[in-house]
Amino acid sequence: MIDAMTIDDVRTKIAERQTSATALARDCYTRIRKEDPEIGAFLTLCEERALAQAGRIDALAAAGKPLPLLAGVPIAIKDVMVTSGVRTTAGSKILENFIPPYDCTAVARLETAGAVVLGKLNCDEFAMGSSTENSAYRPVHNPRDKSRVPGGSSGGSAAAVAAEMAMATLGSDTGGSIRQPASFCGVVGLKPTYGRVSRYGLIAFASSLDHVGPFAKTVKEVALVLRTIAGRDPMDSTSAEVPVPDYVAELEKPVKGLKVGMAKEYFGAGLDAEVRAAVEGAIQKLAELGCEVVPVSLPHTEYAIPTYYIVATAEASANLARYDGVRYGFRAKANTLSEMYRQTRDGGFGMEVKRRIMLGTYALSAGYYDAYYLKAQKVRTLLTRDFDEAFKKVDVIAAPTCPTPAFKLGEKVNDPLAMYLADIYTVTANLAGIPGISVPCGENHEKLPIGLQLFARHFDEATLLCIAHAYERSR
Amino acid sequence: MKVTDKDVAYVADLANLELTGEERAHMLRDLNSILEYVARLGELETDKVAPMAQVSDRYGKDKDNDELRQGSERFAYAIRDDVKDGLRKSLPHDVAMKNAPDTDGTFFEVPKVIER
Repeated sequence: MIDAMTIDDVRTKIAERQTSATALARDCYTRIRKEDPEIGAFLTLCEERALAQAGRIDALAAAGKPLPLLAGVPIAIKDVMVTSGVRTTAGSKILENFIPPYDCTAVARLETAGAVVLGKLNCDEFAMGSSTENSAYRPVHNPRDKSRVPGGSSGGSAAAVAAEMAMATLGSDTGGSIRQPASFCGVVGLKPTYGRVSRYGLIAFASSLDHVGPFAKTVKEVALVLRTIAGRDPMDSTSAEVPVPDYVAELEKPVKGLKVGMAKEYFGAGLDAEVRAAVEGAIQKLAELGCEVVPVSLPHTEYAIPTYYIVATAEASANLARYDGVRYGFRAKANTLSEMYRQTRDGGFGMEVKRRIMLGTYALSAGYYDAYYLKAQKVRTLLTRDFDEAFKKVDVIAAPTCPTPAFKLGEKVNDPLAMYLADIYTVTANLAGIPGISVPCGENHEKLPIGLQLFARHFDEATLLCIAHAYERSR
Repeated sequence: MKVTDKDVAYVADLANLELTGEERAHMLRDLNSILEYVARLGELETDKVAPMAQVSDRYGKDKDNDELRQGSERFAYAIRDDVKDGLRKSLPHDVAMKNAPDTDGTFFEVPKVIER
């Protein structure tokens, strides 16, 4: 049923009694039960909560009352965002039985707007990974080719939209974890500006890099979800006091005359030839729409991955210190407290999480702090200045989202560095805090989706969505 | 700078991880390979570059005039409303204890703390 609808149809169709929120939710669950065993996008379903919410929407419709913006829209949430009374695991064994006592702000705002939360989505453990193979529960298969990864870490979020099991999903993006899976699965994914969307209730990985953002099939649907979740939240002191525009109304603004930057550093060695051709074709299309394509330089790009992996792991090593088996989560049986800490963490965390805790702890340890952590923070300044300079000349920057289309399951699991390099075009936006979006821009010869990535200035999601929407419609 | 077995043991200790022998061997290999890649940051001259801890430094009140903003003033925009206007209610005790692996109903119970 949802395959023939978009989010902005749902409210009208429910209001006109052509369908009901309950029918839509039930239809999604039927589809999940049929399709998901082979995909693995969902970790937990919350049918009772979903049907209760759908019932409230249908009662409003029956009474002829006005329906909220996202009334009856079936959505699902990456399992790194806490949901009151609904198990939240972060893809980790250490939180296998964790039932949070409160709701993440982004989820609460979506439910207030009438959306129906179907369940929680699979991801790499603590959002650490680029393929969703680091989930402690099961890997996710790409709905477009089940022998391939969906990307990560929000692999379940991208796959659920691609397989039409939910109309929109939330993911988190610390180094590309929304945009890269969106690209691999052929859907739209947006990482907003740092501070645009509250992170209250997002299980922390790297606090200066973590973002919450939406996935959907079209740019307009992403704009609708962003409009609902964006804005200052008193519960998150890093959420910014910056007004939220009506992103949907802004979509229709003309793109003629907008300046699109193209940075040679994003088209260098390692970029797959078919990806390059598709992205260059998309930029050509923007030129045909009246945008002016301007060469720009982001000279420190090659230093982004090493900078990212020091900053992200240092912050992760501090954030994950809370998992000690005392107050919640898995606890190993032991005779003394220090044994309990160690055995709990040893048994509860997977290899990639341990690797990042080790790297981060090393980078912060006495004698190495200046050489690694401080150095990386300084290079982060240089990377951010690159964008500041470029955005003096252009309104958006266009690039590939990923150097290759989706790779095979198992292909990179034993080589952490090769896996990290899958994020080479996405980590810069997290370090600088600028918004980025991935929009489908073609397929390779094996019918694997390719993503066009666009960046904009801080808090200029409106321009980003507007140009992405114009491109999407021109295809 | 090459990471040694001793470093791996020391860092695991700091991080409250035990790690099996096999995991330690993997860690040694992976940390060296990643840090070798990270070493390229040394190519950049950064003596006069200020470190960037977070993006929020770059907006908020008077974002273009850093000199106007001193110390904690720089984060004035970030003060939580509920702190300004009086504290909000904290999590009820029974709710906070619900996920506890071991509790006597009042406190979190843990194994022996003093080990000597």
